[in-house]
Amino acid sequence: MNSTLLRTTALRSALRASAPKAATRAGLAGTTFVRGKATLPDLPYDYGALEPAISGQIMELHHSKHHNTYVTSLNNFSEQLAEAKHKEDIQAQIALQPLINFHGGGHVNHTLFWENLAPTKNGGGEPPTGKLAQAINDGYGSLDAFKEKFNAALAGVQGSGWAWLVQDTQTGNVLIKTYANQDPVVGQFRPILGIDAWEHAYYLQYQNRKAEYFKAIWDVINWKAAEKRLK
Amino acid sequence: MTSPSYSLPPLPYAYDALEPHISAQIMELHHSKHHQTYITNLNAALKTQSEAVHTADITTQVSLQQAIRFNAGGHINHSLFWQNLAPASSADAKTSAAPKLSSQIKSTWGNEEKFQKAFKAALLGIQGSGWGWLVKVETGNEQRLAIVTTKDQDPVVGKGEVPIFGVDMWEHAYYLQYLNGKAAYVENIWNVTNWKTAEERFVGTRADAFRILRASM
Ligand SMILES: [Fe+2]
Ligand SMILES: [Fe+2]
Repeated sequence: MNSTLLRTTALRSALRASAPKAATRAGLAGTTFVRGKATLPDLPYDYGALEPAISGQIMELHHSKHHNTYVTSLNNFSEQLAEAKHKEDIQAQIALQPLINFHGGGHVNHTLFWENLAPTKNGGGEPPTGKLAQAINDGYGSLDAFKEKFNAALAGVQGSGWAWLVQDTQTGNVLIKTYANQDPVVGQFRPILGIDAWEHAYYLQYQNRKAEYFKAIWDVINWKAAEKRLK
Repeated sequence: MTSPSYSLPPLPYAYDALEPHISAQIMELHHSKHHQTYITNLNAALKTQSEAVHTADITTQVSLQQAIRFNAGGHINHSLFWQNLAPASSADAKTSAAPKLSSQIKSTWGNEEKFQKAFKAALLGIQGSGWGWLVKVETGNEQRLAIVTTKDQDPVVGKGEVPIFGVDMWEHAYYLQYLNGKAAYVENIWNVTNWKTAEERFVGTRADAFRILRASM
């Protein structure tokens, strides 16, 4: 497997790594209007480390191609947005919103997703503990019952999308929600754990048998990362 | 209660007939698994709906609408799609098989290349799963061509709209062969476009285009 990805073994906040870095803002024509660029975060494990649940080939394409395309496109449209703001072109700003939502969502979702996964030797698949375990038991009766509900939600995604365990920021309750395409978990809900239900996430290994992918992925779920997101 | 039951229409060519542009493995999974699943789920939803109609259970009827739309859409779209593809070596895959349509494409977009460019841009602009279609839109005695994209399995069944040809932009349609390179899939699809079917749909009526659905009941 690609050894360049072994650089980072410790789990770290990839989102933080991709946050704006420099506060420089250029005002001259022809120069960039974007303060900092989103970057593709390193995976905290090797491409092949999630086998047999997710193949190394899937992980490599998913991270280095799909996620990278969202990052590149987000930077491109962010730059256009900054330019449209600079020119006070409101129509152009509005036209760019769905593109920022889609590509920005793709970047955010995948970054959270990589953190949600871990090789079994690093604790992948080990059940949640503490507050999150309690919340799941309270809401769903047991972890197995929760997984069943979550898998039903994943199976019910019509087209491309994601299923998330989210926390309602108003009530503190956890619940399962599905999101279309790359719509990100923002606003009233806080992302705790997400699973990618796009076909590119499983097709090379599972083809049309997506229920098998939904079943297998729990073996490499990083519940520790999920616990840290719960407030 | 009886309800209509749909069955998988046979492909008008072999699974490997579209190679090298669409692999036999993709075609076989796409037709025998994906399309079949839409039909299976559609028949199940229609059966439940028929029972709900019989028992005047209006809430169940309403709750079934999205499942029917999605799975019927999947059946309609794929049935049209198989027919609008043809082996690259066949006469049907040449634009000369569609003289009237070609002429309207030229008068609408300037030339075939510009049309293909516009169609490609529309297909690649789909966010998530969906389809791109060339449609004939009829309003009174007027008719025009348009490129439309639809999300998920939403079918082109609008009033006065006749689907001419469609391209499946779900990842299952190309991923095993093209991986994340969907632009190459979109370019190669022109090699296996069935222009004869396209011409027939263009000169025909809406009912003609959807005739395949009656045949698969
Ligand atoms: Fe993905
Ligand atoms: Fe399809």
